Amino acid sequence: MIPLSHYLVVSAVLFAIGTAGVFLRRNLITVLLSIEIMLNAVNLSFVAFGRQFGSLDGQIIVFFVMTVAAAEAAVGLAIVIGLYRHKESLNPDAFASLKW
Amino acid sequence: MPETLIFWGLSGMAILASALVIGQRNPMYSVLMLIASFGALAGLYIQLDAPFVAVAQIIIYAGAIMVLFLFVVMLLNAPQEDAAEWDRTHPLRRTGITRFGGLLALLLVVELAWALLQVNNVDVPVGAQGDPEALGSVRELGRILFTDYVFAFEATSILILVAMVGAVLLARREGDG
Repeated sequence: MIPLSHYLVVSAVLFAIGTAGVFLRRNLITVLLSIEIMLNAVNLSFVAFGRQFGSLDGQIIVFFVMTVAAAEAAVGLAIVIGLYRHKESLNPDAFASLKW
Repeated sequence: MPETLIFWGLSGMAILASALVIGQRNPMYSVLMLIASFGALAGLYIQLDAPFVAVAQIIIYAGAIMVLFLFVVMLLNAPQEDAAEWDRTHPLRRTGITRFGGLLALLLVVELAWALLQVNNVDVPVGAQGDPEALGSVRELGRILFTDYVFAFEATSILILVAMVGAVLLARREGDG
């Protein structure tokens, strides 16, 4: 059997990759994808802990995280499309003004 | 031990694919790599006796959310980052900041790995307690979802409705009525 700490290390590495993506990439779509990586890392922790403690609550929370991720992706991509229409760019630095 | 081999293979694939997601300049390849990462994670969920979560991961994440991303990438004609401009203007490229930030990031990773591997009581094998049959059952999952978590479940439906209306409103062309 695989120790719980191994799952947690995998989850931590995935979360670190997602964080690095949010900070380093200058493409709004890749930033949204990095957020999805972070959400999945957390999901893995939830399922591993739920399995460890013999509880189904971890799996239930994963479903809620998935629906929130779907809502976030839909609204986030709609905003990306709106921004692209205004500036013809996906670089976050292009959207520095609060009003245009 | 085949179980250990499968675990390392799947987690290695998930980490490699995720690293490639942020290592690509073309967003199209990033999305496809993320689908591979989600597939590997679904395998890990099956190993953790959560087959329903694994199937939901494939259907909802790889099937629905990533297709949405692909549509947007194609709709916007997949604009790539300009490599030369990126190198010139990136705020993290200034040497002082790079060294300091890189040091802190490395420290965080080492600290996390050290902390997780140090604590003794998380080192027990996963699934030492609990009955795998009961944990994997969809019937039990549905019962809990519609009794203990019924309020959160209904609230989620309102969240999705609001997100849907918001997405339609935001992506609409101005002047379409």
